[in-house]
Amino acid sequence: MRDLPLLAAEGLVRRYWMRRGVFGRPAAVRAVDGVSLTLERGRTLGLVGESGCGKSTTGRLVLGLEAPDAGRVAFEGQPMPPPGTPAWRALRARMQMVFQDPLGALDRRMTVGAQVAEPLEIHGLPDRAERVATLLREVGLRPDQGRQYPHELSGGQRQRAVLARALATDPALLVCDEPISALDVSIQAQVMNLLVELQARLGTAILFVSHDLRAVRQVSHRVAVMYLGRIVEEGEPDAVLQDPAHPYAQALVSAIPHPGRRQRRILLAGDPPNPADRPAGCAFHPRCAAAVPMCAQADPVLKPRAGDGRLVACHVAQGDVRPRKAA
Amino acid sequence: MSELVSIRGLTVGFGGSLALRGIDLDIGPGEALGLVGESGCGKSVTWLAALGLLPARARVSGSVRLGGAEILGAAPAVLDRVRGGRVAMIFQDPASSLNPVHRIGRQIAEALGLHQGLRGAAARKEARRLLDQVGIPDAGRRLDAYPHELSGGQNQRVMIAMALAGRPELLVADEPTTALDVTIQAQILELLGALRRDLGMALVLISHDLGVVADTCERVAVMYAGRIVEAAATARLFAAPAHPYTQGLLGALPPVDGPRRPLAAIPGGVPEPWAMPPGCAFAPRCPQRLPACTEGLPAAVALGPQHSAACLRAARELVPA
Ligand SMILES: Nc1ncnc2c1ncn2[C@@H]1O[C@H](COP(=O)(O)OP(=O)(O)OP(=O)(O)O)[C@@H](O)[C@H]1O
Ligand SMILES: Nc1ncnc2c1ncn2[C@@H]1O[C@H](COP(=O)(O)OP(=O)(O)OP(=O)(O)O)[C@@H](O)[C@H]1O
Ligand code: SF4
Ligand SMILES: [Mg+2]
Ligand SMILES: [Mg+2]
Repeated sequence: MRDLPLLAAEGLVRRYWMRRGVFGRPAAVRAVDGVSLTLERGRTLGLVGESGCGKSTTGRLVLGLEAPDAGRVAFEGQPMPPPGTPAWRALRARMQMVFQDPLGALDRRMTVGAQVAEPLEIHGLPDRAERVATLLREVGLRPDQGRQYPHELSGGQRQRAVLARALATDPALLVCDEPISALDVSIQAQVMNLLVELQARLGTAILFVSHDLRAVRQVSHRVAVMYLGRIVEEGEPDAVLQDPAHPYAQALVSAIPHPGRRQRRILLAGDPPNPADRPAGCAFHPRCAAAVPMCAQADPVLKPRAGDGRLVACHVAQGDVRPRKAA
Repeated sequence: MSELVSIRGLTVGFGGSLALRGIDLDIGPGEALGLVGESGCGKSVTWLAALGLLPARARVSGSVRLGGAEILGAAPAVLDRVRGGRVAMIFQDPASSLNPVHRIGRQIAEALGLHQGLRGAAARKEARRLLDQVGIPDAGRRLDAYPHELSGGQNQRVMIAMALAGRPELLVADEPTTALDVTIQAQILELLGALRRDLGMALVLISHDLGVVADTCERVAVMYAGRIVEAAATARLFAAPAHPYTQGLLGALPPVDGPRRPLAAIPGGVPEPWAMPPGCAFAPRCPQRLPACTEGLPAAVALGPQHSAACLRAARELVPA
């Protein structure tokens, strides 16, 4: 018998209405435009892509913090209850979110210990003092640091405190939205190590949202590359990093700033597109060096490519059309 | 001396504590130098102090020579000509960059008026040429755009165009790509490299990302807690880092291939300026600390051509010739 995945999302769509200018007509922004993903217990899925591609929105949708306009989220095999219902509230303890800015996520007037205890109180869990001390130790803080206020801790210690609070209810799923981008390089390494170690110990599944492919490789078992609200490639981090299939993923990989890099950067023409004005066909085609005429018309779907079964949404990578001759 | 800029013993104090504790740095004509280090180590303050841009309450001492002439504490009129003229700076703080209520053509033309005496149609023509040079498509029409009508990457190109208006010999770019997406970051780094080659301009690239400077710069200086702890040619710094802090920064970078192991994270955090540890500021976090490390400030020692490190252990391992 096969276990159901912890989290399964299918065809998620989320639109926001945005008015351009004071008199402009509101236009629909398809922040997330048909995202499907699954996450097994104790595993990490990395979600990468550029600003505005829908990573955070995807995170909020899988947590059930927002309801999708289309699609379904199932958690532990059960459909996500509507936001605000008692069933939904009971689920909060099972899934938690960690944000980018640890200082913003903490209340500066409360001690760290009180904030770690908060979710225990909300969910009526016993043995609070004991549990808080354990949690602080778990994330590499000393129990006596629970008496300190957020501004008395360093950036790395604050993110540890945020993690301790997120782990208080022993969640099965942690959505970490850019948890290291606000931290210094040396502190980023501490937090990445901690996430990997906590997962090994506690078996928490993690959705790791980041724009940094290096960090994603370090902590993830799988990686999904997003572009304009969709997943355009998904696979094992090493496979995607060594041999990216989608032209956008190729550009992302080649742009990783990296001391030992010898290979040339692939420079994309133009700017990231506006999600309110999604190009027809493959949304990436205006910036794509590999594009063929078909790319401007037909929307490529995410499916396994012949050969190695890598999930990719690109006509050329899937071999449906002959690639253009190199100039 | 053939250096374009020579900084010696630069210190900056705010209130009771020192933000810079003696910076020595040389930049040759046309050279690209990367300045890296964690938040608060003094990267920005070094150049704000050198160009006389710190608030009056900052206590600045030392020497900054531009083409041999002292500019630290020079008269405002002298500094006004240097800034945006021989030395241009792209600031880290986005608020202090483009004016949101003026068209970008006008903002570039103003800089051209200030530094090249160009006005009217001549200024507009030159502004258009600069926009072209920094790779803004349809430059003629873009002159009339407001900053909010351009993307983040394009606004950064406009900033670079404005910096070029004074035909600088040195461009100091403070975290010019930090707020940008990686693919746009790649475009801007490529542009800075191309401009430097075409114009023969020197570049100081300030970044917290070793990868970013590795790609763009010939030499790298690593800062920690208000001092330069190591400087070397880029290839040498990555192949043979001598200072334990540099070694730590490199170890903390996730690799792009090979087996996945825990990263060699540097324990602890950077010291606060008002609580500087005695001796080497890195000592409390340093895995190679010697008892003598907490006794006195380690001086920078030459380890090879163009390679120096301020570390007692690195100095001891030097085999006397
Ligand atoms: N509450 C909202 N109202 C209106 N538009 C929104 C809202 N939230 C997100 N958007 C839009 O949806 C798109 C996707 O946003 P999202 O925050 O999910 O992107 P992201 O990938 O997390 O970006 P970043 O890397 O900048 O955090 C963007 O165009 C954004 O402007
Ligand atoms: N105007 C100021 N008044 C008081 N302190 C200041 C001022 N500007 C900078 N500092 C302090 O000087 C130190 C060095 O700051 P600086 O801005 O140079 O750091 P940085 O290396 O550029 O960091 P980042 O990577 O965050 O930009 C910091 O401790 C900072 O708080
Ligand atoms: S489908 Fe076409 S345009 Fe889209 S990424 Fe592939 S080649 Fe490029
Ligand atoms: Mg986001
Ligand atoms: Mg700075």
